Amino acid sequence: MIIKRASEFKSSEITDKAVYLKRREFLKAAGIVSAGAAIPGLLAARVEAAAQKLQYIKNKKYLLDESLTPYQDVTTYNNFYEFGTGKADPARNATHFKTRPWTITVEGHARKTGTFDLDDIIKPHSLEERIYRLRCVEAWSMVIPWVGIPLADVVKRLQPTSKAKYVQFVTLHDPKQMPGQGGFLGGGLQWPYVEGLRMDEALNPLPLLAVGLYGEVLPNQNGAPVRLVVPWKYGFKSIKSIVKIRFVESQPPTTWNLAAPHEYGFYSNVNPEVDHPRWSQARERRLGDGSFFAPKRPTLMFNGYGEQVAHLYRGMDLKKYY
Amino acid sequence: MAQPTSRQLVLIKVTLFLAALVPLAWLVLDGVQGRLSPNPVEAITHRTGDWILNFLMLTLSVTPLRKISGWHWLLRLRRMLGLFAFFYACLHFTTYIWLDQFFAMSEVWKDIAKRPYITVGFSAFVMLIPLALTSTNSMVKRLGAQRWRKLHRLVYVIAVFGVLHYLWLVKSDIRLPLAYGVVLITLLVLRVPSINQRITGLQRA
Repeated sequence: MIIKRASEFKSSEITDKAVYLKRREFLKAAGIVSAGAAIPGLLAARVEAAAQKLQYIKNKKYLLDESLTPYQDVTTYNNFYEFGTGKADPARNATHFKTRPWTITVEGHARKTGTFDLDDIIKPHSLEERIYRLRCVEAWSMVIPWVGIPLADVVKRLQPTSKAKYVQFVTLHDPKQMPGQGGFLGGGLQWPYVEGLRMDEALNPLPLLAVGLYGEVLPNQNGAPVRLVVPWKYGFKSIKSIVKIRFVESQPPTTWNLAAPHEYGFYSNVNPEVDHPRWSQARERRLGDGSFFAPKRPTLMFNGYGEQVAHLYRGMDLKKYY
Repeated sequence: MAQPTSRQLVLIKVTLFLAALVPLAWLVLDGVQGRLSPNPVEAITHRTGDWILNFLMLTLSVTPLRKISGWHWLLRLRRMLGLFAFFYACLHFTTYIWLDQFFAMSEVWKDIAKRPYITVGFSAFVMLIPLALTSTNSMVKRLGAQRWRKLHRLVYVIAVFGVLHYLWLVKSDIRLPLAYGVVLITLLVLRVPSINQRITGLQRA
């Protein structure tokens, strides 16, 4: 079941026609049908609130026989500490977050380094929709239709050298826009948020650089304008609002590991047999599927993606490399 | 209000009783209207948990407030406040056993034994039971005031365990549990004999 929100206002009703047409051209060039966020300032907040549809193909290889978590739940229950530690905070505090212009700086052991406009990074690829399970380390889960491009394709285009063993990702650090990064204790995390993958994980076909969900431009609270989606790892590995990609030689620091090293490892693969020190990971609550008065469902090894990723960890003690 | 009449006191008690049920009514209303976030079980657990701590803190503030204000009748509200802490604790525990664990008792026992935050939370709940059972006037008489008072000092342990339970379950944002900790420490410090005497002296002067 795919819920599509009808656009409350047609863009043409609000935006001046000349601008609107120019916008269509730009969007066609970018391979995006509609992305109001591409022209900041010109569009009123209510346009941004309306649906911004993306053009994409449905990747038939990544479908699930499980019901989707409703759009409303996916976009109002978020862990995005940059906008506050409450689950409802990001939807409230990220409404004015500026997602265009947006650049990503590529550094380290790669041939193509420098600062690139996000649209230029996305442009050479066609957007695809993939339906993935999302398992949070807090033992709840969702099923989300993401729209994005395979991370592996982007990594390959940046031509990492043989020295690049890991890829590090960095979230925007801007306390003025991200209230959670300032203030007392800063939610208990160090900013900016950093995450990382081993090179072979980054080159696996599963990870997505997502720019949308439910066929629409990624809502700010879900990590706009671009986030990682690594479906076999706990949700916090899927870093949001990425501004930097670094190709490095040794295992990069990661935010939750810095905050509580014995609770959150670098790998953080979904694993029902390795508990969080404070709670069990054996089962999970699937949100929005009407299972309120029902037992939790068992958590699957690698969140059900073992066939695609188990080989990456062959011979590794997953209790040690949690 | 230095000394309310007995009629006024009844009115105060009825008002307090109804006010103490507002958080529950609010929770039920939010539930019926689907406003309990996409994770209602978590929302119910957190909100009932918050109100256990709120009522524990209110219960513990009766004595210092009475000393500072000289309103000795406040003592007559303490039992109700304490029983409401127990009431919300029952709801909290039921939510955990039923909605969260779905009566998977082997899992529950594993949780209680293995997870320190659940161990202290469960212990606090168990300790509340004898306090609730001995809250009646006849039980005070049967136990004798001195033994009753001794038993009811358990509330200090319960409150400390309650705050620890909260502190140990959050992922990284410890601001709220810390706030409860500060309130609790203040309420406990006010009971230190030398400080207690100074307050009493202040009130007499």
